Amino acid sequence: MNRFLLPLGIFIVLVVFLAIGLSLNPREVPSPLIGKPAPAFELPQLHKPEARFAPQDMQGEVWLLNVWASWCVSCRQEHPLLVDLANSKLVPIYGLNYKDPRDDALRWLKQFGDPYVLSIADVEGRVGIDYGVYGVPETYVIDKAGVIRFKQIGPVTQDVLEKTILPLVKELQK
Amino acid sequence: MIPELGHFALILALLVSLVQGTLPLAGAARHSLSWIALARPAARAQFLLVAFAFGCLTWAFVANDFSVLYVAQHSNSRLPLEYRISGVWGGHEGSLLLWMLMLSGWTLAVSVFSRHLPDAMVARVIGVLGLVTVGFLAFILLTSNPFERLLPAAADGRDLNPLLQDPGLIFHPPMLYMGYVGFSIAFAFAIAALLSGQLDAAWARWSRPWTTAAWVFLTLGIALGSWWAYYELGWGGWWFWDPVENASFIPWLVGTALVHSLAVTEKRGGFKNWTVLLAIAAFSLSLLGTFLVRSGVLTSVHAFATDPRRGIFILILLAIVVGVSLFLFAWRAPKVGLGGSFGLVSRESLLLVNNVLLVVAAGSVLLGTLYPLFIDALGLGKLSVGPPYFNAVFVPLMVPLLVLMAPGPLARWKHAEMAPVLKKLLPALAVAVALAVAVPLAYGQWTPLTALGILLAAWIAGASVIAVIDRLRAGVTGQPLHWWGMHLAHAGVAVFVVGVTLVSAYQQEKDVRMAPDDTVTVGGYSFRFVGVREAMGPNYRAMVGELELSKDGKVLRSMHPEKRAYLTSTMPMTEAAIDVGLTRDVYVSLGEPIDERAWSVRVYYKPFVDWIWGGCLLMALGGFVAIGDRRYRMKKAAAAKQAAQGAAA
Repeated sequence: MNRFLLPLGIFIVLVVFLAIGLSLNPREVPSPLIGKPAPAFELPQLHKPEARFAPQDMQGEVWLLNVWASWCVSCRQEHPLLVDLANSKLVPIYGLNYKDPRDDALRWLKQFGDPYVLSIADVEGRVGIDYGVYGVPETYVIDKAGVIRFKQIGPVTQDVLEKTILPLVKELQK
Repeated sequence: MIPELGHFALILALLVSLVQGTLPLAGAARHSLSWIALARPAARAQFLLVAFAFGCLTWAFVANDFSVLYVAQHSNSRLPLEYRISGVWGGHEGSLLLWMLMLSGWTLAVSVFSRHLPDAMVARVIGVLGLVTVGFLAFILLTSNPFERLLPAAADGRDLNPLLQDPGLIFHPPMLYMGYVGFSIAFAFAIAALLSGQLDAAWARWSRPWTTAAWVFLTLGIALGSWWAYYELGWGGWWFWDPVENASFIPWLVGTALVHSLAVTEKRGGFKNWTVLLAIAAFSLSLLGTFLVRSGVLTSVHAFATDPRRGIFILILLAIVVGVSLFLFAWRAPKVGLGGSFGLVSRESLLLVNNVLLVVAAGSVLLGTLYPLFIDALGLGKLSVGPPYFNAVFVPLMVPLLVLMAPGPLARWKHAEMAPVLKKLLPALAVAVALAVAVPLAYGQWTPLTALGILLAAWIAGASVIAVIDRLRAGVTGQPLHWWGMHLAHAGVAVFVVGVTLVSAYQQEKDVRMAPDDTVTVGGYSFRFVGVREAMGPNYRAMVGELELSKDGKVLRSMHPEKRAYLTSTMPMTEAAIDVGLTRDVYVSLGEPIDERAWSVRVYYKPFVDWIWGGCLLMALGGFVAIGDRRYRMKKAAAAKQAAQGAAA
């Protein structure tokens, strides 16, 4: 064995790791909430502040919780996709309007379309803390038992929707 | 039209680089003079074409041509001219073009300042550089074309990231790239030597000034980046062990080892294989740094937009360049003879220890940087490696290195007696011990680590002073410049160590809420908060604070930290106000408004912090002086004669 081959050997191992690393996303931190019951809360609805909403109301249904805000630029990017998804009636989407003045939020929905069955107003961001929201938008898939099964950080893309979210929803709805 | 010309020039440059990377190398192998003769003109044509392309992109920035996508993404009509020019390298595509400009610039320099080298050698060096050029030009043209059009044109640009709108950032990337890319010359010399089989003292002498030059630029680039982080980020820190910082620091450590091992190869013909390996490693690590920064495989505060296609391309490029070089090394190195033997205690053995320590340090920084990636790739989870790891591993490795820096330059080649060297260094040791006791006590708090830092700094500086006095007293006049350069650089290390030691031990920091007329005191300096007013900049609105700095009741000056909101960005920017001094900085940055009158304010007292960058500057100056040594510019005949004499001796 030629000892001068050692640097080449080390380098090859390094390249293999770097190649694997390329397919991973270092910013993606697994949410500790996956597999856990969705944290409970009760908040006023955005359109009807006198009415309230709690995730417990959704028992027996598979649903998406989408965290959005009018000040969030990436939300605009995913919004058309959510509107399409809502029209397809495959799965109900509930919005968590995060740290947003009510007027801005309503105007935003009027302008870009409202894919949500209803939106919940989390003006102070308390619920956002319970759910570990650290970037808007975020989307949660919650099953019939109220357990979080998937979390998408950042905008939902066509790819993620078709390859991950929709198959998962179909599976859970069985 | 002009962007298309730039694009066209880059395509032509790629064609030229294909010629540059093949014919001269083949010519050197087949002794074809006409092919060898192609090397220099190809290098020059290459430079002209790339410089023209770079000029075209700069023109698009200066003229606010927002029909060029890259300009629209990184500039704005309200951006001041100097930042429109530096905006050229404010993003991925442009910084690669800058990389390319540097590479062709270094190649041009080789083609011009190589009249004393054999033509075949020059042809090989330029050929190897040509191959690297092919890779990078293909990368730019295929994945990162800066001249891509945006039709219809944007009405206005998205503006340069406000963090980059700063004088420090105008110069930091070019300096850093000059260093990174400069190691390509040492690399090309090493590969050329492996190809030709001529790994000798002459080869080491030829590549030494180029290596030192690259090292000087890298030193300056890293220091500028650190200085920028210090005054711009508003945290008052100067080094964060961020992956992107490490990506520049690892090649620096290996480059420093290379500068030292080249000395052994040149003077004693030893360490040949090791030197070649270091030369390959230094450039490979520069490429790896580029990969890490540009591919986004690591999380970093330098959040660059990333594109997986680019990552794959650079990885393939890296694999080819480094893989082939290391293969060539494994193939050719066994045939290279050993150099002169040396004793257990000798200049060589001390330099060997220097090399081992520097390479181990570089390895441990690399390991810490890539560790999260390894763990993630093995499916073992997510983690991050922070400053505690780096400090715990890096500092202990540096201590023996610093200890040996003092006797190293005084020890003789081949075989040295330590006793006379140590005897000579006794005064330095005495002064160092005295200072190690006195300085921390003067600051009112003596800790072993602080004392150690001062001891080492004084020990190194003392040794250099003794060496200079020794030579002057012996009446040996006209020391070669590289000797002066070495001592200057070593003194720079001492200055750097003083800065790091004192600022980490004695800095003071206070985070306070201040309303008008409130006063806060750190390190004996009082700050009276006068108030905050609004001001307009060319492309931002600022809240400008006013604080009155005083010491012992005497008003020194008024300080104006700012909080800026750039019109095109939501990110608020902090501009610290710093009163710079030889023995201390006082530093104020504005936090957030708390109520109508009060703000959160952060004040720092930072003793000797500027010595950190002063030390780097001295190191770079030392390198610069060393390059000026006459020895590197000897005519072919004289060099051959000396090499022959060296071999005989």
